[in-house]
Amino acid sequence: MNNGVEALLERVRSALGSGARPEPAERYYRNLMPPAGGKGEDRLELFARNVTALSGVFHHAGSFEEAVERLKKMATELKWKKVACHGTGTAFKAAQALGLDVLNTDGGYEKLALEKCDAGITECDALVAQTGSVLVTAQSAGGRGLSILPPHHVVLADNKQLVADLSEAFIVLEKKYGTNYPSSLSFITGPSRTADIEQQLVLGAHGPKKLTILMY
Amino acid sequence: MTRNAVEFRNASAKSAVDEKRQGLLTHAIGNYLGKRDTGRKRFRDWEGARKQAEAIKNEALENLDKYLPQFIEKVKERGGTIFCAEDEESARTYITNLALDRGVKSVVKSKSMTTEEIHLNGALEKKGIKVLETDLGEFIVQLAGETPYHIVFPAVHMSKGEVSDLFHQKLGSKETSDIEGLTMIAREHLRKEYCSADMGISGANFAVAETGMISITENEGNARLTMALPRIHVAVVGIEKILPRMADLSFFLQVLPTMGTGQWMSCYNTLVGGARGKNEADGPGEFHVVLLDNGRSKILADAESRETLRCIRCGGCLNVCPVYQTVGGHSYGTVYPGPIGAVLTPLLRGLKEWGHLSYASSLCEACTEICPVKIGLHKRLLANRRDYAGKYGPMAEKLGFKAFAFAARRPFLWRLAGALAAVGQFFYPLVAWFPGNPAKGWTKGRMLPRIVWKSFRNMWIGRGGEIS
Repeated sequence: MNNGVEALLERVRSALGSGARPEPAERYYRNLMPPAGGKGEDRLELFARNVTALSGVFHHAGSFEEAVERLKKMATELKWKKVACHGTGTAFKAAQALGLDVLNTDGGYEKLALEKCDAGITECDALVAQTGSVLVTAQSAGGRGLSILPPHHVVLADNKQLVADLSEAFIVLEKKYGTNYPSSLSFITGPSRTADIEQQLVLGAHGPKKLTILMY
Repeated sequence: MTRNAVEFRNASAKSAVDEKRQGLLTHAIGNYLGKRDTGRKRFRDWEGARKQAEAIKNEALENLDKYLPQFIEKVKERGGTIFCAEDEESARTYITNLALDRGVKSVVKSKSMTTEEIHLNGALEKKGIKVLETDLGEFIVQLAGETPYHIVFPAVHMSKGEVSDLFHQKLGSKETSDIEGLTMIAREHLRKEYCSADMGISGANFAVAETGMISITENEGNARLTMALPRIHVAVVGIEKILPRMADLSFFLQVLPTMGTGQWMSCYNTLVGGARGKNEADGPGEFHVVLLDNGRSKILADAESRETLRCIRCGGCLNVCPVYQTVGGHSYGTVYPGPIGAVLTPLLRGLKEWGHLSYASSLCEACTEICPVKIGLHKRLLANRRDYAGKYGPMAEKLGFKAFAFAARRPFLWRLAGALAAVGQFFYPLVAWFPGNPAKGWTKGRMLPRIVWKSFRNMWIGRGGEIS
């Protein structure tokens, strides 16, 4: 089948002509961008401030066990019945510890079953202080649906995963995946939101109404 | 005057006095402007950022013959399918044929201006395929049978009461004035649809040559669901969306929302490079990218208008445009309204039919001043006017300006015309109602101050001034 590629490239080539092209643009944007939180406590504070400003919840636990305790408390308070997780790592272990029904997305799942879970628990690739974002990929966080379909997204992150700015997050991605990127990745910045009716902010437009980040 | 021009004029006249719409728009834009300005101040150097954005987009456009093939190869490497559409019809045909071939019964769509541009929904519906917009604003506009009023805020012209009535009528929901309640009605309704849809269709905000991934910016999560759950994903991407490097996104993902909505980061920025990968839990079985030309390569060929392809569709120029705010988004009769629409539409769809939009501007330059990729919008509007007047300007206008030039070069005639104007103005009300009166547009709602008998020249001489 003729996919039109050659014809398009021909039109583009003739539009641009054969004249000399300018040098690639110099990238100096990192110095222009919003501040990126320095190191240590500064970075942590900036991240916490940004997450909170967007109605997310951030908790810095002393250890993984403490993070799991916090999760258990949430499960009781919010009366969760069923949660979803992925893999065999921290998200799986934390979900198991709740003693509830657990759906593991590894190897595929029923869409409607995932939709009925009270929370999706995932790991992540990085936390970004500059923007208060969580970086997840289809490989690190149990696919595309787990962090968007259930009404509450809980992220488990190691404190070493906190990076200063988006530029650093892209460096993390490149180091980890190189030429073999996951089929999908998302920067998640706060719970799902909309202001499409009279500019009034409403959380949980289509994705999770709540976002909780547990760092240990 | 073309039919489009007449329609534009009539719709504008109506919209300009629609206080309710104006009120909604003024409220929304006022809210946005405050957030936008706070957002710009977060940058250490926003003006520097605009220059950087301009330079990177220029690099991408000027080397499109290198970056496009790179993007295409990367998508193919991961098993994606590329289709390059020369015009809107070939894009529509490809997507409808694909849907029919794969037995698609229902489609969920995330917000995309390119799919509006190719009028995709109607084409799919004609083949009996159900199409649902999932972005809340787009969903509302689709239910109402309208087109988006604004590039970023599609339903900005509707009040909560109107949305409630609409949902009640079309979805059978209870009427409510609670905006959160209305949002939840849409959420519940659409959740079922994501899970059962066969095909998800999205646009793209950026397309990265380095990795062959498209990037989508959104707040609601509907785009993520659209790309996660159906078994086929089709992305319709304008060829000007290319960015050279993955890392360039660390910059553009913050520039776009700063101008678009006044957020420092939109809630979800998702990059997709293919169908479900090995060892991944979910995702579509097929990934198709439709690269849309539809007039863009022609703009690229014109060194003067090429800069318009830098546009990242942030809507920032609409929000500062006094004309957009007066005539509203629907009057333009096009997919892209406001300054960028007035510039792009004649270039994409033909000067003859759409050149009149170039006059929908006071040339105040607010659009040029705000544009994050530094498109000289007012200069482009002037260039469109120049081309339009040269080719299609009405004879009466040309004659009028010739007469003006003739008189202006002859002091006696000029003085005579000034004196006659004072007399003429006295009798003007007698002819003002004539249907063919060319001054009607100016004098319908206001009148020129009275022209005095004694001209400035005469006053000057009367006070002993000299005339050279």
